[in-house]
Amino acid sequence: MLENYLPILLFIIVGLGVGVVLLAAGFILGPRKPSEEKLSPYECGFEAFEDSRMRFDVRYYLVAILFIIFDLEIAFLFPWAIVLDEIGLFGFASMGVFLAILLIGFLYEWKKGALEWE
Amino acid sequence: MTNEAFETPNLLLALPEIWLLAMACVVLVVDLFSNDRDHGPAFWLTQVTLLGGIIITVSTQWGVDATTFSGTYVADSLGALLKIGILVLAFLGFAYSRDYMRDRGILKGEYYMLGLFAVLGMMVTVSAGNLLSLYLGVELMSLSLYALVAIDRDSSRASEAAMKYFVLGALASGMLLYGMSMLYGVTGTLDLGEITAAAAELDDRRFLFLFGLVFMMVGVAFKFGAVPFHMWVPDVYHGAPTPVTLMIATASKVAAVGLFLRLIGEGLLPLLESWQHMVVLLAVLSLLIGNTVALVQTNIKRMLAYSTFNHVGFILMGFVAGTPEGYAASVFYALTYAFTVAATFGVVLLLARKGFEADHITDLKGLNDRSPLFAFVVLILMISLTGIPGTVGFYAKWMVLKSVVEAGFVWLAVLAVIGAVVGAFYYLRLVRYCYFDKAEGEGPQPTGSGGFQAVLAANGLLVLVAGIFPGTLVAVCLAAFL
Repeated sequence: MLENYLPILLFIIVGLGVGVVLLAAGFILGPRKPSEEKLSPYECGFEAFEDSRMRFDVRYYLVAILFIIFDLEIAFLFPWAIVLDEIGLFGFASMGVFLAILLIGFLYEWKKGALEWE
Repeated sequence: MTNEAFETPNLLLALPEIWLLAMACVVLVVDLFSNDRDHGPAFWLTQVTLLGGIIITVSTQWGVDATTFSGTYVADSLGALLKIGILVLAFLGFAYSRDYMRDRGILKGEYYMLGLFAVLGMMVTVSAGNLLSLYLGVELMSLSLYALVAIDRDSSRASEAAMKYFVLGALASGMLLYGMSMLYGVTGTLDLGEITAAAAELDDRRFLFLFGLVFMMVGVAFKFGAVPFHMWVPDVYHGAPTPVTLMIATASKVAAVGLFLRLIGEGLLPLLESWQHMVVLLAVLSLLIGNTVALVQTNIKRMLAYSTFNHVGFILMGFVAGTPEGYAASVFYALTYAFTVAATFGVVLLLARKGFEADHITDLKGLNDRSPLFAFVVLILMISLTGIPGTVGFYAKWMVLKSVVEAGFVWLAVLAVIGAVVGAFYYLRLVRYCYFDKAEGEGPQPTGSGGFQAVLAANGLLVLVAGIFPGTLVAVCLAAFL
């Protein structure tokens, strides 16, 4: 049983080995002549324009979460629609329950004001 | 895959969970559109839901032995008994918490909704017949409880507790899942019944099987809060709002008993001799750490957290024998302990008022002068937790010790009895404060509505009655396994 995993172990060892050896080779063999110009930060060849650590609104996350939920809903709806003939009324009702629960979640989010941008 | 005819599951068997899910959605929507600042509709609907759940569970699942949803859901007496316990405990928790949450400005509709979803997760856990549904239940319970601990967002202590609970809980869930994946790898099935059958005929794959068992044991011990997987318990008990602590200390312990029984106690019973010693070790460590550290605690919630280890040790001892009698003793212990502790937290909530938590042990000083009734309730609760003969705590301990001695672990029983004697010190100290000390300053003042006081008094008196007539509950617990 365990010997079946030997190729995977070998793959891990070889993968680790190649990664470490290449990095180490570059680190040891590469020429290094640092100067002030080389070490200073730049954007596309220019001096940095502004601090990259800027804040952005937490509401982006809410939109992202909403997107994932409805994206997944579609991912479930497509295969469901294809086999609808075979799964019959029970399959139809199951999807109805699933959509109803999603709808309640959406209602909650809307009513709580998570979608108000201003 | 062959073109098998799709079998429609028997939804009636899972009616308690379906009811709870539907009503949780109703509570959410009703609370959303109600303008009541005290969230009255959500409160009453929640309590109706829980009571309705009890009735449905009794009528559809007690005495039944059937599976539905392709074997992922089991409807049987054991599940029914644990579910009734969980529902009643949640009912008590919500009944005790309304004034407390309102005084602190954290009475929100989400409190009821998350509470209901946590209860739903517990119910799914104790009715699971499949590793997936088991894990689903555990996660639904845990995620709801993490959020509940953090419901007081402005309290840094609560946030810290929630973070610790979440990180360590996620780690434990990972352990549990890893162990389950091992089991799946060895047996090729997620069905607990088939896993039991596979475990009975062990061969060269025994090593991997045990590997999975160890990981699952770690996960389950974490959910129990058994030493050495207990680090989160005192901080979470202390940091969480008291009603949430009540929920974690009572209903989730009953669910953890269900988790252990489904996954290991019954699921891996053929491996008894392998997990027996792990459980003994957990029980011994829990008894030792729990009793010694509880002695020096001055915060009631922390003291109850450490003394929980002592009781978890007893519950685990019931599992050691691997017999129906031992399991029944554990279930009896868990249920009676949970009811007693629910009332104890109820007293803390009763005495708490705006800006005053009443969670220091000296806050109980002079309770007898202010409220003889609730001083008497504290007396009953504490002597029951200690396990003095004539109380329900004594019968629970006696049943567990009997099963342990029959399994041949006499030394373990002796250790547990010594632990119980040590426990008498910190429990009876509270009684001394109630009866023999004068109040300092304002002293303890029972607040709260009449309904709250009535339910709490009934809870305390039921503990007394259960101690005088334990026969019925013992018979019910035994019947769940036979």
